[in-house]
Amino acid sequence: MATKRVLMKGNEVIAEAALRAGCRNYFGYPITPQTEVMHYMAKKMVEIGGNFVQAESEVSAINMVYGAAAAGARVMTSSSSPGISLKQEGISYIAGAELPAVAVNIVRAGPGLGGIQPSQGDYWQATKGGGHGDYRNLVIAPASVQELYELTVEAFNLADTYRMLVMILGDGTLGQMMEPVAFRDEEPIKVVDKPWAATGRGGRDTHNMITSIYINPDDLEAKNRELQEKYKYIEEHEVRYEEFGVEDAEIVITAFSTCSRICRNVIRQAAELGIKVGMIRPITLWPFPSAPIAAAADRDNVKAFLDIELSAGQMVEDVRLAVCGKKPVYFYGRMGGNLPTQKEILEKIIAIHEGREV
Amino acid sequence: MAVVFEKTKGLTDKPFHYCPGCHHGIIHRIIAESMVEMGILEDTVSVASVGCTYNSYEYFACDAVQAAHGRAPAVATGIKRTLKDKIVFTYQGDGDLASIGTAEIIHAAARGEKITAFFVNNAVYGMTSGQMAPTTLLGQVTTTSPFGRDASYQGYPINVSELISQLTGAAYVERVCLTDFKNIQNAKKAVQNAFKVQQAGLGFSMVEFLSTCPTNWGKEPIEAMDWLKEKMIPQYPLGCFKGQDIDFKNLGRQDAEVKS
Repeated sequence: MATKRVLMKGNEVIAEAALRAGCRNYFGYPITPQTEVMHYMAKKMVEIGGNFVQAESEVSAINMVYGAAAAGARVMTSSSSPGISLKQEGISYIAGAELPAVAVNIVRAGPGLGGIQPSQGDYWQATKGGGHGDYRNLVIAPASVQELYELTVEAFNLADTYRMLVMILGDGTLGQMMEPVAFRDEEPIKVVDKPWAATGRGGRDTHNMITSIYINPDDLEAKNRELQEKYKYIEEHEVRYEEFGVEDAEIVITAFSTCSRICRNVIRQAAELGIKVGMIRPITLWPFPSAPIAAAADRDNVKAFLDIELSAGQMVEDVRLAVCGKKPVYFYGRMGGNLPTQKEILEKIIAIHEGREV
Repeated sequence: MAVVFEKTKGLTDKPFHYCPGCHHGIIHRIIAESMVEMGILEDTVSVASVGCTYNSYEYFACDAVQAAHGRAPAVATGIKRTLKDKIVFTYQGDGDLASIGTAEIIHAAARGEKITAFFVNNAVYGMTSGQMAPTTLLGQVTTTSPFGRDASYQGYPINVSELISQLTGAAYVERVCLTDFKNIQNAKKAVQNAFKVQQAGLGFSMVEFLSTCPTNWGKEPIEAMDWLKEKMIPQYPLGCFKGQDIDFKNLGRQDAEVKS
């Protein structure tokens, strides 16, 4: 299948993947460290006759996404943390109106203007809502440039299938990193009919209306119940994760994206010291892989969990919910744009192994 | 018996929820009639905004999208870029377009976005019960300018049509009112001109309607109409601010010739 391997930057691969997935509409606003997505789109989208608009703000960009999605198009925006905060209004409306769209967040460190170095501090914002109201976004966390490609293509399929926003949650490291990527000859594009789209009646008996307002409380509650049914289905069918070494691990690491890459090396180093460490790497952050973590917590060989993040500890709350007090869950994180070193993580593992960690 | 007048097919059967004496009903009707008369009802997508007309999508018989407060021009941009051969219009009030949505309307116009904005200026926030709008007149009493709008404290009204007409991307901008038959006919012509400009791909088009809000002005409908004429028009003069030179009579024809 894989025909050619090319060395590409993560951000550019996201853009290339979107084009390959049939996305012909991109609306964005410049922000570091995701700018290459926009640069790539500005050139390539125009070359292939698609739509590229540099909006006046992130607020406008997400509303252009809302409009294009309402008109039935495959559409994407990308930004980084402060910009994603501005998009939350539009994201809530996209959830309410059940529109398919893809949003990329190449996370940088916060809060506020923060810095431009990598972070995972937007985990809560991405997975717990972010905007107002009871809603979910499907959140995908690729860990390599190859995964950025494959999962971005998949994000468009998922968005169309479930009529919802799919967020690609990367970070400054992943976006800026260059790695070989193998492109497929043909993309697995899922074609989904959109009879609900506002495309002009064109002879239809009724007019299509895209809205998120339901003034009558019973109508709005019914709409919310529909949404919750959809989210429940997704929780049952779309959980993705990678797991290895859990069957004989003493310690199970939980980490996603960039952190999981660092942890992989640490696991090898720990093995050399005779400490068996496994890993559960969530690929979908929502729906969260609670079941495999709960199953690992039930294993006699697993004595403890260690969660590693580029934050003060956000995903660790979901890990603790899944572990449910059966085993201790330790945490180590770095903030401000710093990455944990292999040495730091290894020391933590040794301390847990020797019973020194509290 | 011969039918001399009937409700336009451009509107659905849903009864309007607007207050007595409010001009939204008239504006809805002339837009709807224009869509039917120009044969574009099947090819139009309207964008509703936030305010009294949040559910205008239930009244216009064309396809429709409801937008967040102030964002209708951005939503319309997304729709129009996707559906280049369709007609896309926004329907926005003064709080929506001239306050929270200032960036969106200015930049849609600056980009020469081939959409039409119908801007209803009644100098007050209607839906949220009569707060001061960017278009509120000096001295006008509202629920958030209870002592009258004071320039030294609350600044000055924004003349949106004059502002937008300064932008090269704006091809057609006209301000109209609906106080009598002649003005309503004139307003309807402006609506059709705006649609023609969009069809011909000349750029951004906007019609500003001066409208009454008897409920929030605390006036009877007739009194409100008089207040509009005496107070609003001096601040917001009627007329065409951009596109005076367009040959509207032949605009559609030229377009048709190009297509054939």
